[in-house]
Amino acid sequence: MSNMKLLEIKSLNKSFDNKKVLKDINLNISSGKIIGLLGKNGAGKTTLIKLINDLLTPTSGEILINGKKIGVETKKVVSYLPERTYLNKQMKVFEVIKLFKDFYEDFDDKKAKKLLKELDLDIEQHLTKMSKGMQEKVQLALVMSRKADLYILDEPLSGVDPATRDYILDTILSNFNEKASIIISTHLISDIERILDEVIFIDKGKVVLQSSADKLRNKEKASIDEIFRRMFKW
Amino acid sequence: MEITFDNNIPIYIQLVEYMKIYLISGVFKCGEKLPSVRDFATDFKVNPNTMQKALAELESLKLIYTERTNGKYVTKEKKLIEKLKDEYAITLAKSYFQGMKRIGLGKADSIKYLERVNE
Repeated sequence: MSNMKLLEIKSLNKSFDNKKVLKDINLNISSGKIIGLLGKNGAGKTTLIKLINDLLTPTSGEILINGKKIGVETKKVVSYLPERTYLNKQMKVFEVIKLFKDFYEDFDDKKAKKLLKELDLDIEQHLTKMSKGMQEKVQLALVMSRKADLYILDEPLSGVDPATRDYILDTILSNFNEKASIIISTHLISDIERILDEVIFIDKGKVVLQSSADKLRNKEKASIDEIFRRMFKW
Repeated sequence: MEITFDNNIPIYIQLVEYMKIYLISGVFKCGEKLPSVRDFATDFKVNPNTMQKALAELESLKLIYTERTNGKYVTKEKKLIEKLKDEYAITLAKSYFQGMKRIGLGKADSIKYLERVNE
């Protein structure tokens, strides 16, 4: 086993105009973990995720994936579920599957079809005809059907009902493998905390805590949700 | 085997407790081969790393053991499971008598109540 870090972020800063959105972020993430990136709305979660996905450029600092600087090579090993859909909703699900297959070398279309079937979704259907929850499930199935090293899911649970949340968590868990890591950003902590290995608290553009979830529970004798609330009174 | 977790307590500790009950009650018998970490994790709907940690804890308590490349097994020593059962039974009994004491009932009365509900 190589001990090279899967994701390494060094002294990362990001400003929009004069507003500092991320301040001196330092993070190390290794393989085989499910990590919760937890923070209030506007804390900087999505900005950080966009930087890791090369959709924004750092003001200063560095991001490395498998020791490589962000770019074409790193995009190949990162599977990203954005907060808002980028899919053309006029398409039918099977057309989107075809698009993914053309686009990503590591996309397993058989797996995607199997997952969609398990989630009770019809691949002949137009995305426009689907509810928000169904569209979320389609996107998640596609993202989890890539054989990536790092999966980044930005708010996969927002705007879906509790039953769909359970489905989504089960899908994430059953597709998790020891060679990859999954970063899940959310402000809905109580729904997701049972599946997390590690938590990262982000507030006002700073990483304020990175810890094993169970160690933190043990130390504070409380749930992650409770600890988070105590730390950042709304 | 789906269980509800209390988010206030480390998940692996709760898994250890559930597993102990399974061992005591004979869901998994002495010397029996256990499902894989992966299968357990799927059944309990938990992170495989957390399941691994729980099984490692059970192993350090000698309640289960790993046979190289073959997987994990329940201990062959029946005494260990019996001892665990005894400890659980004592804890449950103590908490019953403590509860009765709180409402002003002594040992004799508490035993009478036990017999009454068991009739």
